[in-house]
Amino acid sequence: MSSGTLYDKVWDLHRVRELPGGSTQLFIGLHLIHEVTSPQAFSAIHEKNLRVKFPKLTVATVDHIVPTSSQKRPFPDPLAEEMLTTLEKNCESHGITFHGIGSNSQGVVHVMAPELGLTQPGMTVACGDSHTSTHGAFGAIAFGIGTSQVRDVLASQTLAIKKLKVRRIWVDGVLQKGVYAKDLILHIIRHLGVKGGVGFAYEFAGPAIEKLSMEERMTICNMAIEGGARCGYINPDETTFTYLKGKEYSPKDQAWDKAIHWWKSLASDLKAKYDDEIQLDGSSIEPTVTWGITPGQGISIKEKIPNPELLPQNEQQIAIDACKYMNLEPEQPIEGTSIDVCFIGSCTNGRFSDLQEASKIVKGHTVATGIRAFVVPGSQKVAQEAKQKGIDKIFIQAGFEWREPGCSMCLAMNPDKLEGRQISASSSNRNFKGRQGSANGRTLLMSPAMVAAAAINGKVTDVRKLLQE
Amino acid sequence: MKEEFPKGEIKSIKGRSFVIKGDDIDTDRIIPARFLKCVSFSALGEQVFADDRKELQGNHPFDLAKNKGANILIVNDNFGCGSSREHAPQALMRWGIRLIIGESFAEIFFGNCLALGIPCLTSSKKQIATLQDLVNENPKQIWNFKLDELSISNQREIFRLNLEEGAYKMLYHGKWDATSQLLDEEERIKKTFDNLPYLNNFK
Repeated sequence: MSSGTLYDKVWDLHRVRELPGGSTQLFIGLHLIHEVTSPQAFSAIHEKNLRVKFPKLTVATVDHIVPTSSQKRPFPDPLAEEMLTTLEKNCESHGITFHGIGSNSQGVVHVMAPELGLTQPGMTVACGDSHTSTHGAFGAIAFGIGTSQVRDVLASQTLAIKKLKVRRIWVDGVLQKGVYAKDLILHIIRHLGVKGGVGFAYEFAGPAIEKLSMEERMTICNMAIEGGARCGYINPDETTFTYLKGKEYSPKDQAWDKAIHWWKSLASDLKAKYDDEIQLDGSSIEPTVTWGITPGQGISIKEKIPNPELLPQNEQQIAIDACKYMNLEPEQPIEGTSIDVCFIGSCTNGRFSDLQEASKIVKGHTVATGIRAFVVPGSQKVAQEAKQKGIDKIFIQAGFEWREPGCSMCLAMNPDKLEGRQISASSSNRNFKGRQGSANGRTLLMSPAMVAAAAINGKVTDVRKLLQE
Repeated sequence: MKEEFPKGEIKSIKGRSFVIKGDDIDTDRIIPARFLKCVSFSALGEQVFADDRKELQGNHPFDLAKNKGANILIVNDNFGCGSSREHAPQALMRWGIRLIIGESFAEIFFGNCLALGIPCLTSSKKQIATLQDLVNENPKQIWNFKLDELSISNQREIFRLNLEEGAYKMLYHGKWDATSQLLDEEERIKKTFDNLPYLNNFK
């Protein structure tokens, strides 16, 4: 059993009591909600005649269903409009702060909350969204919940939940030029598998992790869930504190000094005990691309699509399904695979630095003929900063569409969708069958810079070749 | 006919069964994102596995006449991975599923099912394969799940199943619908709140 880790310390601080059923009643310090997984929870609250217990600890935004060509109200899709108005009404009647359409803080929930300073070390963060693991980048315990649990948090600010085991993933070395946080997490998931993390919280640590910026750390923790770990985190350090300093909801003045002192005390002890530890070499990682239908089916840009017959037995069937679905031949190189659509955005890679890195690749080039390429900033603040620094113009001049913030084609609950058998190069997090809005559409996951390189060449490209130019 | 959803103690489930074969079946496949555009779960039953069913043109297990009215689903490894959408277990429940048995389940999906009173039990790869073969051989047979014995059986065979203790107790005592339990001791919630530095200006 783990002890002395950040996970243990934060867990103990938030433990209300042990429940008769064997799980723990855990206090939730920050509850984030959005339009897709909250309406039924509010209905349940109303039906049971309950109230929202700590309305100030719940914060809302709208992201999944937002059209990105224009945010003008009412939305053309009446169902989308209904979901938004339902959330507006629920927030208003319960006194919940809503960062809605027209505010300068709307955005993908896992992008806007950190940039407002809402997410801080030592918190427990829950949201009806599996990518809530993102917030672990700050040294918080953050995890996705279902709608029944959203109801429970609204009603009690607590959850009935079982403590996870802790696995430390230690990454040595330095990431090479042209290798990004996305490549690192795709590499980790490839090696530990999509269910390797079930039952675990992942602590990401080591020299390669410490060197990452906050935005890169968010990319890593965001995809912990794709490796089966409901929760991923990184110990808070100077990088964390520098990022938080001066943010709207960050502690101020005297409280700031006290906060830093407390935050530092939360980091895993040198003598902490883990349930499992693994070590990886970050220096040897190359740009990584998924070829299949799970985020674990990734290979480096230099590798060939695996021959299912040569894989371990338990991976064979899904590899056969994946080759068939993706219409990719075993032992073909992934580099050079033609693509139709390029998507830069999402809670994984829709932050300012993601757009900035991709813009460096795009600058001076144009999108290949026949390719539809678009950039969806993760939030209004990301969009603003990109505009201030002229990054939107770089993309637009190259032939990209520049859109309004939202989840967009990561899961295609808005009008941004693949069509038919189209194949995308996407900076998002899931390559599941049908994920991007066409029942038989196909997705190749990669870093935003790799998506930019694919847009320019019309095919999967080693971004390092463009960096050398 | 008004549908009866799970309530109270869940100690036994009886019914016909069918198989959804494959590892890593994600919640996007169980309920594609476009069906999440709703403010109520009520219509989801018809949309379960919508894209897979469309592709198989009536030959998907959820469309086959022989499976109509079945309430037990036998799956493989890491079932329900991906998105946290409770719409997935809601869709299965509203179609009629009351029990899922497989090699393993993704964590959030498992918890979402439990919160609806749908037990998810596991067994070894080999046992699941045998169970799936038996179910496929005779879709008409009635299976009997007994929580206290952690078993499912037909007239001849009996399979031992696994379930973590917490979930077992919640189902056994009818405490899987957690809300009221969580509100039992409000003072302790307040005390936890009062002790958290970040909610008290780091005093």
